[in-house]
Amino acid sequence: MPKIAIDTTIVENKSITDDVKELIVYAPKIAQQAVPGQFVHIKIATGEPLLRRPLSISNVNVEAGTLSLIYRIVGKGTAYLANLRTNDEVNCLGPLGNGFDLTCERPLLVGGGMGTAPLIFLAQRLNPRTTTVLMGGRNKAEMFWQPMYEGLAKEIHITTDDGSMGTKGFTVSALPELVKANQFDRIFVCGPHVMMEAVAKFAKEHEIPCQVSLEKYMACGIGACLSCTCVNKLGDKRKKVCTDGPVFWAEEVL
Amino acid sequence: MLSSETMLEIDIAGIKMKNPIMTGSGTFGFGEEYSDFVDLNKIGAVVVKGTTLLPRCGNDGVRIAETPSGMLNCIGLENPGVEHFLSDILPRLKKYDVPIIVNVSGNTVEEYGQLAKILDVYGIAAVELNVSCPNVKEGGIVFGTNRDSAAAVVREVKRNTSKPVIIKLSPNVTDIADMAVAVEEAGADAISMINTLIGMVIDVDTWKPVLGNITGGLSGPAVKPVAVRMVWQVAQVVKIPIIGMGGIMTAEDAIEFFLAGASAVAIGTANFVNPSAVEDVAKGIQEYLVKKKLTHVSQLIGQLKVNK
Ligand SMILES: Cc1cc2nc3c(=O)[nH]c(=O)nc-3n(C[C@H](O)[C@H](O)[C@H](O)COP(=O)(O)OP(=O)(O)OC[C@H]3O[C@@H](n4cnc5c(N)ncnc54)[C@H](O)[C@@H]3O)c2cc1C
Ligand SMILES: Cc1cc2nc3c(=O)[nH]c(=O)nc-3n(C[C@H](O)[C@H](O)[C@H](O)COP(=O)(O)O)c2cc1C
Ligand code: FES
Repeated sequence: MPKIAIDTTIVENKSITDDVKELIVYAPKIAQQAVPGQFVHIKIATGEPLLRRPLSISNVNVEAGTLSLIYRIVGKGTAYLANLRTNDEVNCLGPLGNGFDLTCERPLLVGGGMGTAPLIFLAQRLNPRTTTVLMGGRNKAEMFWQPMYEGLAKEIHITTDDGSMGTKGFTVSALPELVKANQFDRIFVCGPHVMMEAVAKFAKEHEIPCQVSLEKYMACGIGACLSCTCVNKLGDKRKKVCTDGPVFWAEEVL
Repeated sequence: MLSSETMLEIDIAGIKMKNPIMTGSGTFGFGEEYSDFVDLNKIGAVVVKGTTLLPRCGNDGVRIAETPSGMLNCIGLENPGVEHFLSDILPRLKKYDVPIIVNVSGNTVEEYGQLAKILDVYGIAAVELNVSCPNVKEGGIVFGTNRDSAAAVVREVKRNTSKPVIIKLSPNVTDIADMAVAVEEAGADAISMINTLIGMVIDVDTWKPVLGNITGGLSGPAVKPVAVRMVWQVAQVVKIPIIGMGGIMTAEDAIEFFLAGASAVAIGTANFVNPSAVEDVAKGIQEYLVKKKLTHVSQLIGQLKVNK
């Protein structure tokens, strides 16, 4: 599947919360080929910032030829992105990386923070399988995801660090009960590194195959610069997060 | 006769290229990574990732940081080693009609010689010596910042290979012209310049360096004026061809290097921003030549007009 870099325009750039936005870009070829877990590398038309920014594909609309990217404004690049409007130009490079392995029957999706974004696309492609989603965040304000999973999951469980929504605590503390009540044959997790480590450890103890999605600083996004490599637990050659991942089997990288 | 095909053709130290646009080592992988975006058969030469005698896993921690109009990197020469390159990668690259230049790094003068000897095989057009690495035997001084050790590396490599030898100069020196003269006298066939400028970025929240290796090499548009100046200075004092690089994003950037005295150029960081940069720059130079009613790119080399 060839990767492409296209000059395209923004269909919409709408606010979800104070610091989270959803960018809809027109990229029909990428939308058609993309699979859950893949990302695009976005370059805005101005010179600065110099480098592209990687964003997960949080959903696609194949008919409309659009990609949805949900991002938090954390620095210069995402702040520039947040200022863009409908019809502004961006260059979109993708689809990049390897997606999730969908060969499972009863999946559990665990999302933390912005890691919950790519799991929307995943939940959609897992249909009509019975899917459970567990999502965690710091507080209620961060838990705006539920409507986006409408109709995609059998059940949605929520944890917040401060207890302002759902169960108080981390996602991993909700796992024992969920696993007791369901026969999961796969856990997909995307979120902060510590959370993925904890979930992967739990999955291993319960012998449930687990896939994680890693984040690293990226320059090229296509396997050329080696800025994104990580230790490979199963061999001596390091793995490139941008092309070997970002999705890995947990035991490969954690 | 002077079709659009031939107006960019050049010969650098015996390496025949369809155009004077090469790739910067470490920014273009082994070439294959870019095959969705550029026709490798249309590139002047592919300079592959820095290769060492043994495989290296590179530096831990954060490896890149963006800076105003540039970036720092401290990849740490992660590479699969020269034997793997020859057995697994080179055979695949041979199907392309493009000169392959191998960028090499050693810990000692002898290692550079060994690498050059191992790489003196069919399918490789030249070696490029990355001397921006510490000399283990000499207490870690960087080969490329000392005229005697840089010259020693060139002499050792020349003894061990039949291929053209390109030496890549470090800009982290007091007198770049003096370095250039030293490596030319030692027998280098061409000079490429510049490698990255050492820099650092500090996180003011944590008071820690952003990069895992503390310091890293600066590249991108931010370094271009320095690179152009250095190419110009070196062009005054050597006869061997210069491959200019440092911050080239567009054809106009490349043309500055030709005017300053470079016979070819390499594209580095720009590949990360625009994966078809190499082809786009070549196309742009051709258009520029037509617009200026010139028939060959060589008519630009060293043509800077300095009013005295
Ligand atoms: C494969 C992949 C998919 C991603 N998907 C999403 C997504 O769907 N939604 C989303 O909001 N973010 C996502 N990210 C993270 C996103 O790329 C960064 O937040 C963004 O590049 C920050 O750019 P900036 O210029 O705004 O911030 P900078 O000014 O560069 O940095 C601001 C802060 O963000 C952190 N940061 C910057 N880049 C990264 C990075 N690549 N990974 C982790 N932390 C980083 C820095 O440590 C710093 O604290 C993804 C990253 C990767 C590698
Ligand atoms: C990520 C990265 C890796 C690099 N690796 C190497 C290397 O292995 N060997 C080398 O000689 N130069 C290496 N360089 C330097 C480039 O080849 C080039 O000299 C420099 O980046 C300046 O050009 P630019 O501004 O166009 O990138 C690297 C540069 C970057 C950005
Ligand atoms: S970002 Fe360049 S190799 Fe992964």
